[in-house]
Amino acid sequence: MTELGQLARLIRSKNAGPFDLTFDIMFDRPEDYARVVASGVLNAGQFAALFHVPVEAVQFFEHATALAIKVSIPRPFGQCDAGDGDCFGGQQYGPLVTLQVP
Amino acid sequence: MIVGSCGTGGGDAGVDRVLGLVREIAEEEGLSFRLAVIRSEQDRAGLKDIFHDGGIVPLRNAPLIDAGTFDRSLHIVGMMGPEPIMNALRDGADIILAGRSSDTSLFAAFPLLHGMAPGPVWHCAKTIECGASASVNRKRPDGMFAWVRPDHFEVEPLDPANRVTPQSVASHTLYENADPHSVIEPGGVVDTSSALYEQVSERSVRVHGSRFHPSDRYTIKLEGVELVGYQTIIIGGVRDPYIIRQLDPWIAAMTAKMQERVAEIFGGSIGPEDYTIHARIYGRDGTMGPLEPDPTPSKDVGIVFTITAPDEVSSATIAKSFAHLASHYPIPEWGGLITGLAFPYSPAEISRGPAFRFNLHHVVTPPDPCAMFPTTWHHIQPSKVPA
Repeated sequence: MTELGQLARLIRSKNAGPFDLTFDIMFDRPEDYARVVASGVLNAGQFAALFHVPVEAVQFFEHATALAIKVSIPRPFGQCDAGDGDCFGGQQYGPLVTLQVP
Repeated sequence: MIVGSCGTGGGDAGVDRVLGLVREIAEEEGLSFRLAVIRSEQDRAGLKDIFHDGGIVPLRNAPLIDAGTFDRSLHIVGMMGPEPIMNALRDGADIILAGRSSDTSLFAAFPLLHGMAPGPVWHCAKTIECGASASVNRKRPDGMFAWVRPDHFEVEPLDPANRVTPQSVASHTLYENADPHSVIEPGGVVDTSSALYEQVSERSVRVHGSRFHPSDRYTIKLEGVELVGYQTIIIGGVRDPYIIRQLDPWIAAMTAKMQERVAEIFGGSIGPEDYTIHARIYGRDGTMGPLEPDPTPSKDVGIVFTITAPDEVSSATIAKSFAHLASHYPIPEWGGLITGLAFPYSPAEISRGPAFRFNLHHVVTPPDPCAMFPTTWHHIQPSKVPA
C-alpha cells in the first residue's frame, strides 16, 4: 500500500464556477497513473462515499494524455454564501491525500 | 490591447475604474489612441420580463430563482463571447476595455476575426488564458506565445528557461473547469477529446484535432449578486474537554437562548427569521463542513461565529450580546459560572460589513451575440504635450 499523495505530483481542489467544486489528481509517471486507475481506489462511487455526496452528482474523468484523474461535484454551499468555509475551494482535497493505493 | 472582466467582476463600476486608470496613464505618458469600452451590466427589469416568458435557463447546480431574484440583485452581468470584441477590433480599436467576458473570448477574438478555424482557435485560447500556467515550471505569472494555423496551434512559453510538454498543455484543460474534455462557450463547445499533443521543440508543443461544435442556440451566461445582510464575527477557542465532547448541543442551546435575548433587546422588531448565527468549528470540520469524512474534534478547537442581520447596527448589537451569553453558557458537568470561550480579541465582535451571494448561474439567448453588450468609443488624447 502507498498513500495517494506519494504517487501524485499534485492533488488539488478548486472552484469550477461558484456552484461546483473540482478535484485534480495529477501524476508525473504513466505507471503511477495506471496503478491508481487500475486500483479502483478512486471512482465515482468511492468519491461519493468519502465526501458524502450522491453518486449521481459526481462527474468522474480519467484523462490519460494529461496523466490526471478529475472529479467534479456540486458545492455544498454557493461560493462565499452562508455556511461556505472555503470560498475558493482550495482545501477540499485533504481526505484524498492519505487514500491507500494497493 | 484587450482587457476583459475589468475590475474582476466586469460590472460597470469595475469598467469605470479601469477606464479611469487608462485615462490617467494616457495623460501621464502623453498617449493618444482609439479606445472601445464594452459594457456587460444588464437591465434587471428587462431580464425579469424574459424570466416570465421562460427565457432564463438554469445551468448545472444553479440556485433556484424566482421573479424576486431580479429585484433583489444589486448587479447582473452577462458574460460576453468574442463577437463584441471582434467588432471593436474590426472598427479600429487600439485598446478595448471589456466588462465580463469569458477568458477564452479575449484570446479567440483576434484569430476568429481573421477567419482562422474555430477548433484550433478556441483550444489555443483555453490553453493560454492563464498565461504560462500550462507550462512545466511557471516561476512567475508571465505569458505564452501561440501560433494558430489552419489545422493546428502551437504554444511556447515566453520565458526561455520554461517549456511546455504534451502533458502540461493537456493538463490545463482541467483548470477551474468541471469537465476536462469540453469547455462551454456562448456559441458552442470546445471539444478537446480527440486532440493530439506533439512535442515539436524542447520548449514547444503542437496540438492537432481540436474541435469546436457550434450550439443550436447562442447563450449568454448571467452572473448576479444580492445582499445577504451585514455580518459580524466572533472568534473563540475551546480547550475544555467536557465542552468539546458536546460542542453541537452546547452551541444549539446558546443560539436558542439568544432568540429570547433578541426579542427583549429589539422588542420584536427583529424576529428569529431576520438574523442567523452560524458556528464554524476549526479543529473538527471547519474547512470541509458537510464534506468532512472524519469530524473528530482535536483537543483545541477554534469557533468562528458569524452573525448575519439586516443592518449593521442590529448585527453588531446581536453579536455583542451573543459573545457575552456564549462565553458563559453552562454545561451540566460544572456548577457555577463558567467562561467557556477563549477570545483572542476584546471586544470579541468584529464587523465584516455587508455580505453578498451569487444568485444566478443561468443562461439567456440574446437577439444577437452583441445585443447585450453596448460599445462606446473614446478618442483619448493628452491635454498637453509632455515635456
